[in-house]
Amino acid sequence: MPGRGDTARAIEAVWRIESAKLIARVTRLVGDIGTAEDIAQDTFVAALKRWPQSGVPDNPGAWLMATARFLAIDTIRRRDRLAEKHAELAPPSAAVTVDYVAAASDDIGDDLLGLMFMACHPALSSDARVTLTLRLLGGLTTAEIARAFLVSEATVAQRIVRAKRTLAATHVRFELPDRGERSTRLVSVREVIYLVFNEGYAAAAGDDWMRSELCAEAMRLGRVLVALTPDDPESHALISLMELQASRAKARTAADGQPVLLLEQNRGLWDQILIRRGLAALERVEQLGGSLGPYALQAALAACHARARRPEDTDWQRIAALYDALSQIAPSPVVEVNRAVALAMAFGPAVGLDLADELTSVPSLAGYYLLPSVRGDLLRRMGRHAEAETEFLRAASLTSNARERTLLLRRAGESSHAARRRTGDP
Amino acid sequence: MRYMVMHYSDDAMEAGAPPSPELIAGVGQYMAEASQSGVLLAAEGVQPSSKGARLTVSGGKVSVTDGPFAEAKELIAGFAILDVKSKDEAIEHASRFAKIVGATKVDVRLVTEF
Repeated sequence: MPGRGDTARAIEAVWRIESAKLIARVTRLVGDIGTAEDIAQDTFVAALKRWPQSGVPDNPGAWLMATARFLAIDTIRRRDRLAEKHAELAPPSAAVTVDYVAAASDDIGDDLLGLMFMACHPALSSDARVTLTLRLLGGLTTAEIARAFLVSEATVAQRIVRAKRTLAATHVRFELPDRGERSTRLVSVREVIYLVFNEGYAAAAGDDWMRSELCAEAMRLGRVLVALTPDDPESHALISLMELQASRAKARTAADGQPVLLLEQNRGLWDQILIRRGLAALERVEQLGGSLGPYALQAALAACHARARRPEDTDWQRIAALYDALSQIAPSPVVEVNRAVALAMAFGPAVGLDLADELTSVPSLAGYYLLPSVRGDLLRRMGRHAEAETEFLRAASLTSNARERTLLLRRAGESSHAARRRTGDP
Repeated sequence: MRYMVMHYSDDAMEAGAPPSPELIAGVGQYMAEASQSGVLLAAEGVQPSSKGARLTVSGGKVSVTDGPFAEAKELIAGFAILDVKSKDEAIEHASRFAKIVGATKVDVRLVTEF
C-alpha cells in the first residue's frame, strides 16, 4: 500500500516540524515537561492511527495542537480530581494554576521561549541543558543525540531522566521571566546553542554525519531564537557568528583530512548563502546598538575574514581593535594570543611579539601549545630562526594532536635550516 | 541537507497582476512561521518573464531572446532554499507554501553539496 507509506512519512515530517511547538504549548498548560512529552507522544500516536484512514488533514499543525490541547486538559482534570481526593486527607500544598487564556492564544512564540528557558534552566548541568534542548526543541531522538555526542543511548536517556527529576525537585515549572531576569536566562540559552554548534564544528572528517549535523541543528535553533527575540542584539550576533563560521566548513579540511589554516583556505569554497545571512544578521546587531556584546565582537571578527575576497585584503587593524575590545569584556588568555597574532598582522611581528612575550608569564597558558607556536612564527618572521626553532619544538611537545605535531616539527626543521644557513654552519 | 523549492508561474502572474492583499498576508504569515522553524535560508520571487530574457547556446554560440516566453506554467515564479533533515520535511514545507500561494506545481530538489 504505497498510500499508507506516504502518510507515515508525511506524519514523520509533520512531527519534525510541529513537535517543539506542541511540547511547548502543552508544557505551558500542564507545567512540567515530563507530562508534556507524554502528551505530545500520545498526540503523535493518535495521528498515526487516524491519518492513514482519514488522510493528512489540511492543516496538520492545527489538528495536532487541538488534539494535544484536549489531552492536556483531560490530564489536568484527572490530576485535579486526584488532588481533591488527597485534599480530603491532608491540607493542599501550593496550587498549580493554569493560564488558559494565554495557552489558548495563537502565538506560539512565548511558549517556545518558555520551553527554551526551561530546558536551559540554571538548576541543570550543562550536559542536561544541551540534551534537553536538542530533545525538546530540536526534536532529536535519544539515539541521534547519543551518536552526535559519542556516548551511549543509555547515558542520554539517563541524562534526560535526571534532568526532569532535577526540574521537578527544584519546582521549576513553565514560566516567562520578567525583563530583568529574561536577559540573564537568555545568556544561558545562547550558551547552550553555541555549545551544540561547537560540538558539531569540532567533528572530524571521518566522524558520523550526525556530529556535524549538530552545526545545522544549532543554527536552526539560533534562527528560532532570533524569531522569538527579534530585539535582542546578542541573539542576532549568535546566529551571525555561527553562520559565518559554518560558511568555511568545507574549506577548512583538505581532501586528506589535514586541517587548512584560515589564510590558506580556498575562499571559493566558502558558503556564500551563509556569509550573506551572517553579514545581514551582524548589520541588524549594529542597528540594535549591540556591537560590543561578546557574540557581536566574535561575529564581527568572523565578518572581517568573510568580507576579504583575498587573504591580503583582510582588515587586520580592525581585527586587532576587535580583539582589544573582546579582551576587555571577556578576557581570556586565548583571546590574548589571538590579539597578539592580529597585532603582528596589522603592525608588524615585533608589536605582536611584545604581547606574546608578556603572555609567557600567564600561568594558565603554561601548557598551551598555541602560544609557543605563535611566538615561533613571529620570531621566524623577524629572522630570529634559532629562537623560532626552540619555540616550535616546545609547541610540538605540548600538543596532543598528531597532525599538529607533524606540522610544528616540520616548521622547527625549517627554522633550524634557516638558522644554520644564516650563521654559515653546514 | 538543503533543498531548493521552486514554484511555477501562472497566467495571472505572467500578466503582471499584482498579488492580492490576502496573498500578501498569507505569504507574510508563512514566512513568519518558516523563520520560526529555523529552516529557511533564502527565498526570492521573480517578475514576469516579459522583464527577463532567455539564452540559448548552440555550438558555443549564445543567442538571447527577450521575454515574454510562452507557457506560463513552465516558468519558475520563485524559489526558497531550506535546510531540513529529510526530503519529507522539505515536501511538507513546500506543500504548506503551495496551498498558501495557490501554486499548481512545485519542484523540490536536493541541493548538491561537495
